[in-house]
Amino acid sequence: MTLLKVEALDCRYGLLQAVRGVSFEVAAGETVALIGANGAGKTTLLRAVAGAHRPHGGRVVFDGVDITTLPAHRRVALGIALVPEGRRLFPSLTVEENLRVAASPRRHGRWNMETVLEVFPLLRARRHTAAAKLSGGEQQAVAIGRALMSNPQLLLLDEVSLGLAPVVVEAVYRALAGILNEGATVLLVEQDLTRALGVAGRVVCMLEGRVVLEGPARALDRDRVVSAYFGLRRPA
Amino acid sequence: MKVARWTRTSKLFTGGAAALAVTLACVPLVFESDVVQKLTTLLILVLLAAMWNALAGYGGLLSVGQQAFIGIGAYGTVFFADLGVAPYVAMLLATLLAGAIALPISLFALRLRAAQFAIGMWVIAEVISLIVRLDQNLGAGTGISLIQLNQYEPNFRQAYTFWLALGFTVVFLAALFFLLRSPLGASLQAIRDDEDAARSLGVRVAARKRLLFVLAGFGCGAAGVLVVANTLFIEPGSVFSVQWSAYMIFMVLVGGLGTFEGPIVGAILLFAIQTTFTQGGPWYLVGLGATAALFALALPRGLWGTVEERLGLRLLPVGYRVVEAKGEERAA
Amino acid sequence: MTLLNAALQGIFLGAFYAVLACGLSIMFGVMRIINLAHGDIAVFGAYVMFVIVEHTGVSAFIAFAAALPVMVVLGYVLQLTVLERSLKSGILTPLLATFGLSIVIQNLLQLAFSPDVRSLGGSAGAVTTGSWQVTSGLSVSALGLVVLVVAVLVFGALQLFLSRTRMGWMMRATAEDADAAELVGIDSRGVYAWATAFAVAIAALGGLFLAIRSVFDPVSGPTQLIFAFEAVVIGGMGSLWGTLVGGIALGVAQTLGAQIHPQFAVMAGHLLFLVVLIARYGGGRDFLPRARRLLLARAGR
Repeated sequence: MTLLKVEALDCRYGLLQAVRGVSFEVAAGETVALIGANGAGKTTLLRAVAGAHRPHGGRVVFDGVDITTLPAHRRVALGIALVPEGRRLFPSLTVEENLRVAASPRRHGRWNMETVLEVFPLLRARRHTAAAKLSGGEQQAVAIGRALMSNPQLLLLDEVSLGLAPVVVEAVYRALAGILNEGATVLLVEQDLTRALGVAGRVVCMLEGRVVLEGPARALDRDRVVSAYFGLRRPA
Repeated sequence: MKVARWTRTSKLFTGGAAALAVTLACVPLVFESDVVQKLTTLLILVLLAAMWNALAGYGGLLSVGQQAFIGIGAYGTVFFADLGVAPYVAMLLATLLAGAIALPISLFALRLRAAQFAIGMWVIAEVISLIVRLDQNLGAGTGISLIQLNQYEPNFRQAYTFWLALGFTVVFLAALFFLLRSPLGASLQAIRDDEDAARSLGVRVAARKRLLFVLAGFGCGAAGVLVVANTLFIEPGSVFSVQWSAYMIFMVLVGGLGTFEGPIVGAILLFAIQTTFTQGGPWYLVGLGATAALFALALPRGLWGTVEERLGLRLLPVGYRVVEAKGEERAA
Repeated sequence: MTLLNAALQGIFLGAFYAVLACGLSIMFGVMRIINLAHGDIAVFGAYVMFVIVEHTGVSAFIAFAAALPVMVVLGYVLQLTVLERSLKSGILTPLLATFGLSIVIQNLLQLAFSPDVRSLGGSAGAVTTGSWQVTSGLSVSALGLVVLVVAVLVFGALQLFLSRTRMGWMMRATAEDADAAELVGIDSRGVYAWATAFAVAIAALGGLFLAIRSVFDPVSGPTQLIFAFEAVVIGGMGSLWGTLVGGIALGVAQTLGAQIHPQFAVMAGHLLFLVVLIARYGGGRDFLPRARRLLLARAGR
């Protein structure tokens, strides 16, 4: 069953066109990795799905409903949550406040304060610490936990490993693996190709705002992905 | 590709503006003194609008305290005239005084941004007003007349004042025009469009803003001088009134913020409204305030800016304009 | 002793300024805008209470309670109609729009109520006249004490609201990063509208104190705005408790200034404001070192 459907999406910043006529689908329970070089339009695409960027043209359909013009907070209520690039925590709020403020009163499910702390036990001791004082890894854990608090049907992850030490990335992905194994639907942007191919069932590769390659992670050979990634030779 | 500044229309119009100034100079020779007095009022409005626009439209400095300089110009005239200086010389001195005071004020006022600058300037105007009220020699709170002007026969006095107003208007508009056309002008417009970007490109933002601030100090001081010369009597309550700022904001917003011609259009419009509704009164001010707010929200480029955009018209060429697209980040 | 008494009266006066400034501080904290019509809104609130008192003869405090819902709705609507639009188009637009609004409110009040001076001092009961003589030179007025206690309660309640309630966290989250707040499901438009509604309601409380303490007329607003803004700046923009401290500092400066000369009261407040501005943002950092270098260079020769 298709959970998210993006149709001919165009996104612009002024005169600069970041996303050009992108279409793809994400089925329920699937993990899809969006890959591509810097400036390929991955983050913009993710933000347009989350409602943080108003597209210039095209449609976003979620669970059969056209949400193209819906503001971000309404999409959260429908079950979409984004872990934004750079984490974007509320710096003066404590860990607990950051998590609680994101709990959607209308969405119930597996995730709450207690279950999030179970997945990220390192946060337990930091519950009453202001987010500004956390380490990068702790901040990323809060950012992911904050998105989970709304019990999303679709989780969007934007560069969760960016700026983190390798050990920390490892820990974050270990926690994520647990979440992924439970059948969550995830669309993630990841710079690290190996990691992306490792966690995702399907890969969508973008170049200069367009989708240039798409397919099951297992079926794609690495060389083809790399050439699509850098646009060395466009696959037919 | 060729980059041209002058178009046929703009050449014709700039020539026309010079011809207009010469024609205006003949007005006192032909018309009654009440017409001359009214036209003086119009010139004061043009001058004020142009100066406020220089600050807000090009420097991004929204001041609610330019009445400080109007007051300094007006009271400075009385002060110098009381010292025995010939009245019209006193007026020039008072204008210089306003510009001179603008410099030290700029040293710290320009550090402030947005609301802090707006209200900071307002408080400075209040402080200067309080100082005047404390001075018995300047009539304290009750006001004072410029009696030295009575030595002139009224028709001549009105004519001299008008010529002074015309001279000031021409000088200050020309100064602004050439400033905006000079290499400095390009950096000023860069600041207007994006202050941080301009700074990162190495534009000396503070120095440029100071130039505008001091120019506006001079110009508003000149307007204050003209106010006392035109009405002969001033009191701190009206000459330091924040209402001046309301008028300036109205003229510039309705005419077109950040355009050279817009504030002149706005001044003529305000003048027309004032002469039509001579009673003034609250309704007229309600209309003024509401119109200014509406323009700020719905038509931020004002009448002239909108006309210019639609028709590609440019009468007095000061440069090339970029449409702001700042909505993006905040709307997101 | 007179100085001590003046300082004490200054604290009471400053508590009033702090209440006036509170709404301004909230709106700046949450939306980064300064509402130039804030003083006029406080005066408008005073007129609403005045009308209620005139028609029903109730006490001014009851009139305030009755006016409160009106003011909350007014603030909510003001945000959705005027301020929200202005927020989207740069930092100057909110100032321009609210300045226009300020002129509109003043002159509509002028039309509705004439320029006459009014007061609610007579309908506030014994609290306006009661006072305790502590020593010969030191007196504590009941009204001053009430204003001070209410001010502390208002700021305390606001602090609790912001730190303990979900709505408070939502407000802080939106203030810090409106974009990210939307992404966690917070309706930032709604949060802004509530912030303005609170600000306007607390402005009405300032209007009540203004009307009881002294007199007001349709053009009293701008002066109240200036004092409120001075309190916000002196206390440090964006700091809630700072606003209370700033208000009190302003009040004390004014009453101490009045000791020098009655006409010097307001001036002393303005000067304190300007000095704080200079110290915090102005020349000091840049010009003092430069001046010192110059002096040292001279001395070295």
